[in-house]
Parts: sequence; structure tokens; C-alpha cells
Amino acid sequence: MLRPVLAAVAVILLLVGCESTPDTPQPTTTTSSSVGSGSTGTGADGGVSRYGSSMGSGAGVGGVQQQGIGGGRGPAQVAQELVGVGDTVYFGFDSYALDSSAQATLDQQAAILLRNTGVSVVVEGHTDERGTREYNLALGERRATSVKDYLVAYGVSPTRIRVVSYGKERPIAFGDSDAAQAKNRRAVTVVSGGSPSS
Amino acid sequence: MIRFCFRSQSILVAVIVMIAALAFAPPARSELRIDITRGVVEPVAIAIVPFDGGGGDTGRIGGDIAKVISADLERSGLFRPIDANAFLQTNLSMDTPPKFADWRVLNALALVHGRVTVADDGRLKVEFRLWDVVSEQQQAGLAYFTAPGNWRRIAHIIADAIFKRLTGEEGYFDTRIAYIAESGPQTRRVKRLAIMDQDGYNHRYLTDGTDLVLTPRFSPTLQELAYIAFSDGLPRVFIRSLENGRSEAVGSFPGMTFSPRFSPDSQKLIFSMATDGNTDIYTIDLRTKATRRLTTSSAIDTSPSYSPDGRQIVFNSDRGGSQQLYVMDAEGGEARRISFGQGKYGTPVWSPRGDAIAFTKIAGGRFAIGVMTPDGSGERIVADGYDVEEPTWAPNGRVLAFFRKEPTDAGGGGGRSRIYSVDVMGRNEREIPTPGDASDPAWSPLQP
Repeated sequence: MLRPVLAAVAVILLLVGCESTPDTPQPTTTTSSSVGSGSTGTGADGGVSRYGSSMGSGAGVGGVQQQGIGGGRGPAQVAQELVGVGDTVYFGFDSYALDSSAQATLDQQAAILLRNTGVSVVVEGHTDERGTREYNLALGERRATSVKDYLVAYGVSPTRIRVVSYGKERPIAFGDSDAAQAKNRRAVTVVSGGSPSS
Repeated sequence: MIRFCFRSQSILVAVIVMIAALAFAPPARSELRIDITRGVVEPVAIAIVPFDGGGGDTGRIGGDIAKVISADLERSGLFRPIDANAFLQTNLSMDTPPKFADWRVLNALALVHGRVTVADDGRLKVEFRLWDVVSEQQQAGLAYFTAPGNWRRIAHIIADAIFKRLTGEEGYFDTRIAYIAESGPQTRRVKRLAIMDQDGYNHRYLTDGTDLVLTPRFSPTLQELAYIAFSDGLPRVFIRSLENGRSEAVGSFPGMTFSPRFSPDSQKLIFSMATDGNTDIYTIDLRTKATRRLTTSSAIDTSPSYSPDGRQIVFNSDRGGSQQLYVMDAEGGEARRISFGQGKYGTPVWSPRGDAIAFTKIAGGRFAIGVMTPDGSGERIVADGYDVEEPTWAPNGRVLAFFRKEPTDAGGGGGRSRIYSVDVMGRNEREIPTPGDASDPAWSPLQP
């Protein structure tokens, strides 16, 4: 699906300040340092891997942010970047409203997509299992559309965002606990294609 | 596992030669009549004798036919087949009346026996007689011809004839159940379309699991299934022919289409489409492809089902705040809410008799299957569990099938899911055997 990124990519590692808050629309950079350029071949993969581990899953609170310069990023890198800032937002029971935490995550997703205009995404809407199958397909579509609408309002072109609902067909957490059910009420932004933009 | 060609069934079951004329007493009104509308029914003791054979394989087939008839009637909850080891008369013949005294001592109220022979053209000839042991009168006497591989279907047809003669209601044994066979980890469940006889035999898979598939529904008049498949990344309604195995997407729509059901005349499909976060109900004429939007609310309107006369639909909507059942004219217009109990209501299915609507109810963290009249009165729960869904009616409107899924454990284990049948009063719940996990049952009409 995702084309391996083979192009040499010049990167600057941007250290994101610890004072940046989840509500900040764009990551706040305090320092930057070049970590080299002209990596070739599969070098990008290694870079992505290191990047992923250094970022953890923190939603832009501190950590490390990577940014392409002059040539844009490939889909694989954008995918990793989305995972880094949080590719998933969560919803309340039978709700498709985006709370402040979800909005903070989507702000960062939008920033990444605005920087990488060649990449398109699919937003997957999911539900917990405490509803009927068909209603949950509709609810998952509502949730995915909530995310799409937010990203579009932020300036991302609607033609780059597709939505799909899986209803309750693809759970990630199990058991009948409320905590498990809450983890399944989610929308995930997944890179679906594209090429490095300039 | 018995295999046979579906295409051959309707052609080769050349029914029906009445042999009542050969009976020793004319059919007469009898005391033996089961009223299945009463509150509690004591199962009727019935003796089903292994059918005589006429050489070759016919003796074995005759025994197997009796077993299938027994199992069908027993599972209905209305009959108690008597153990064949207790039978006193072993020389029953199609040509002489039974020794009724031998059957009365066993407290049998009804007696079934028959004969299997090979006709001149190579087909199987299966005859049976149904006797009222008390009045000593024949209740039914019929003969059927079919291909030898089709004997199981003949057994179901005979069970339906016995059921109808003794209850006054249409039977439901010569039917099939389509469902979703599930396997693999819960995170990436493999779901396949599957179909089997209503007793679990003649099971086969219709899809290979590549695409996620959901919610098969039978055409009321044709050998077709409507269902959902996630192919090319977008869930859409497909119709699959059971005659030739071909599947086709229904129409071309900008959004996800789902929750399909056929109109009673099979000319139209009613379904939901979700676009831009809004789900409404549409119909499509399957010949002209003309589509029509029936609801325009900003709510989730889904799971539509036609009344058997095709004039009304019932569906669920959260337009009032929570998911409830609404009835509307089949052409659109004002929708009238019919569910007012505690909790949420979904997947309503209009009974083929027209007198009831089955539904899924979610209240207090539990799921239930219930029925109510089309005006919303007389709500009755017939089954419950952690997750019970997708009620589907047997064609006589007296029995429902549904699936029940157990909760998963925290590690993703558990989650056993099976199909069950239960009568409309909530009695006689039975698991319908499947090779593995199963969901989304759809009960076929009586076979043509």
C-alpha cells in the first residue's frame, strides 16, 4: 500500500519545547539542529524508526518533531508522524463530539497534513460493541465525519480525506469493562496514499 | 457432510401425489390438533417409524428420513418423538392399517410411517402416512419423487406436512439459514457468508473471507441474498445469487450503503446510506435502479424493514435523542414512534404474518430480543444476553432465530458466538449447530 520512501530527504530535527501545551495548534520549536542530510536508500526507514521510539505516543507534549524541508515527506513518514502526534481520537458513549483532547490531537494531525499536501488519508470510524451492528456502522461514519470536518475546517482539502466506518467490527480492546469499551470508541487517521509534495 | 447441487432442488422435487385415495379411512376431523397459540404446550407424543426400504440404499435412506423428521419435530418443542426401541409393531406396511393398540400402549397420539423405493426413472419415491392413533384415522398420506441425493429435503418437507396437519400452521423445516461465519482474532475477525439447512446440515461457505461481510438477508421470493461487503475499502450493499453464485454491488452511491432488506415482492431493496455524517433510508428499484430517499432527518435512520403487505416500514432512529423504533408509510411521510420501554431499540424486523415486530433492545448493559405488535403494544422479551442481535423470522412467523455473543475476556479470548432459535413466546430456545462462531442469521422463506 504505502510506497517505500527511497528519495533522499534532508531533515532537520526540531526539538519541541516542553512548554508546548496540547491546545497549541502548531508545535512550538525552541531549538533546532541539523542531524545531517542526503540520507539515501532505505535510510529513511531507520530514521522513522528512531523517530517513533523517541516520540512515544505523547500528543505533542514535549518530545521530538521531525519536519521535511524542500521536497516534502513520503506517505510512510507522514504515517509515522501521525502516529507520533496521535492518530487516534476517542469519543464518549454514543457520541460523535470532539472533546478538547481530541481537538488538540486533530490540531496536530491537521498541521502535519498541511505540511504534506501530497498525502491523502482515510479516517476510520469505530464504535464499542454496546450497540446494534447497523446503528454502529452509522455511528462510526458520524465519528469519522466529525474528524474529517474538523480537519477540513483547519484548512485540509476535503478531497484528501476519505471516511470509512467499521462500526464495531474492528475492536482493539476487549472484555466488558467500561475502560475497554471506551478505547474502542475511536476514529483513526490513516495515510492512504500520496507522494512527497514540494 | 452431504453435498448437493442447489440448482437441482426446486426442479427435482416433483411434488406431490396424493395417495389419500388409497387410505383405509377417509380423512376426517380429529381431536388431534395442537394449538400453538396457547400459553403452554405439552409436547405431543409421536411415533416416527423408520421408513421401509425397497432394496439397494433405500432401507438406510428410509431410516435416515425418519431420523430427520423426528429431529425437526422435536426441535419445534411441540412434539416428543417416542424412542424407536420401544416400538411394539415392527411390521408396519403402507398397504395395511397399523395395529393401533400397539401404539396406544406407548401413549403415542400420532404415528408416522413410510416407504422409500426407486421409481422407474431412477428417482427416489418417498411415501408416508400420518395416523391419529386415538381416532384410528389417517391424517395425511403423500408421496414425493426426488433425486436420491435430495432425500434430506424430502424429510423436511414431510416434517412440514406433519406440522401443518397437526398445528394448522405452516411449517418451517424446508428452509435454510444464511449467516456470517466468524473466525480468527477479534481484532481482525474473518467473516464469511455461509448457508446451511435450518437444522445445520448441508453447510457451506459462500465467500472466502477476503472481504469483511455482514448482515445477509434473504429475498422473499427469489434465491438471492442482500448483504454488506467491505470491498475496495467502502462498505456497500451487494446482492448475491444463490443460483449462480454471482455478486453485484447495488447501485452506485457516494457513501456507505448498508442495512439492506428486500421488499415483499423482491422488486425493491430498502437500505441506509451514510453521507457526511448523516444516515437516511432509501429504496432502489432493482430493475430500473431508480432510487428514492425516504427520510431526511439529521438523525441516524437505519435498519428499515417492510411490512409483509409492503405498505409500511419499521426502522430505528435516534431523532428523538435515543435509538427507538418508528413506523412510516413505505413511500415516506410522517414517522410514528412505537417503542416506549426502558432502553434503546434497534434492528426491527416485521413478522411475515404481519402481526408482530421483532427487535433488539439494549437496556441496563444487557441486550435482549423482543417482539411487539406493530402499534408498539404487547412488548415481550424472548431472549437476552450480553450481546444478542439480529432477530430473523421463520417463514411461519412463530419462531425466531438470532445470535448470542458472549463477552470477550481482557486478552481477547472468549467471545463465543452462536445462532439460536426460540419461539415467539420465548420458549424452547435451541442452539442451531454451526462449525464455529456465527452471527447475523437470516432465515429463508420456505423453499420453492
